[in-house]
Amino acid sequence: MNFKILILGVLCAFFLVAVLSIHPFGKPSNTEMDDYFIQNGQVETGSNNIVASVLFDYRGMDTIGEATLLFAAASGIFIVFRGKKNE
Amino acid sequence: MNKERGMSRIVKTVTCILSIPITIFGLYIILHGHLTPGGGFAGGAIIATLVALFLISFGSVKLPEKSLSVLESLGLVAFIILAFIGLSTSFFHNFLANSNGLFGSSVSFGSNSGFLNTGGIIPLMNLAVGLEVFSALSLILLLMFKGDIND
Repeated sequence: MNFKILILGVLCAFFLVAVLSIHPFGKPSNTEMDDYFIQNGQVETGSNNIVASVLFDYRGMDTIGEATLLFAAASGIFIVFRGKKNE
Repeated sequence: MNKERGMSRIVKTVTCILSIPITIFGLYIILHGHLTPGGGFAGGAIIATLVALFLISFGSVKLPEKSLSVLESLGLVAFIILAFIGLSTSFFHNFLANSNGLFGSSVSFGSNSGFLNTGGIIPLMNLAVGLEVFSALSLILLLMFKGDIND
């Protein structure tokens, strides 16, 4: 019992220290990439929406993964529910 | 009684009236993905809610599942082909941007001008992703609803 309370106290202290040592909101430590996107995103991609330019141009690989994931989900559901109908 | 599946006539009529603005709003979100918040994922999901609305109010929708899965594959393949066309410089190279052609008007740094003919391949990719998300979500909805009825 005392052992559980000890572990709980250690965990609480750990989380408290972790929360307190987060750097302040809105002040990232490394801003080179953000500054690059904000300064050059509109001119390079011709897209006024910087989020769209990151999503579909700079980080397009990530969007391919997302689209493939949705495709896989639809295929899986197709397999599951079609097998049910054939029984 | 078996033929009168779904909800009352009021709900059915309102669904039919609402189908037009919902479709227009979804297409607007997809087409303006490079100007305003939104894009292919959000717009495709908005149009897919129309299928959910019809399924709930009418009880069944006669949409061919085969062609929906073909459309889904078509959207994904178009997205990947668009990514591969720019491969002469890099994967996902925006070859249409600043080319003065289709979606090729150049944009200057500053506030949003709201001019639609910009963005290069981003609007085309938004269209492809919107097609894929719409058909995938409607396929999932149709299949799950059908499984519910068969039980």
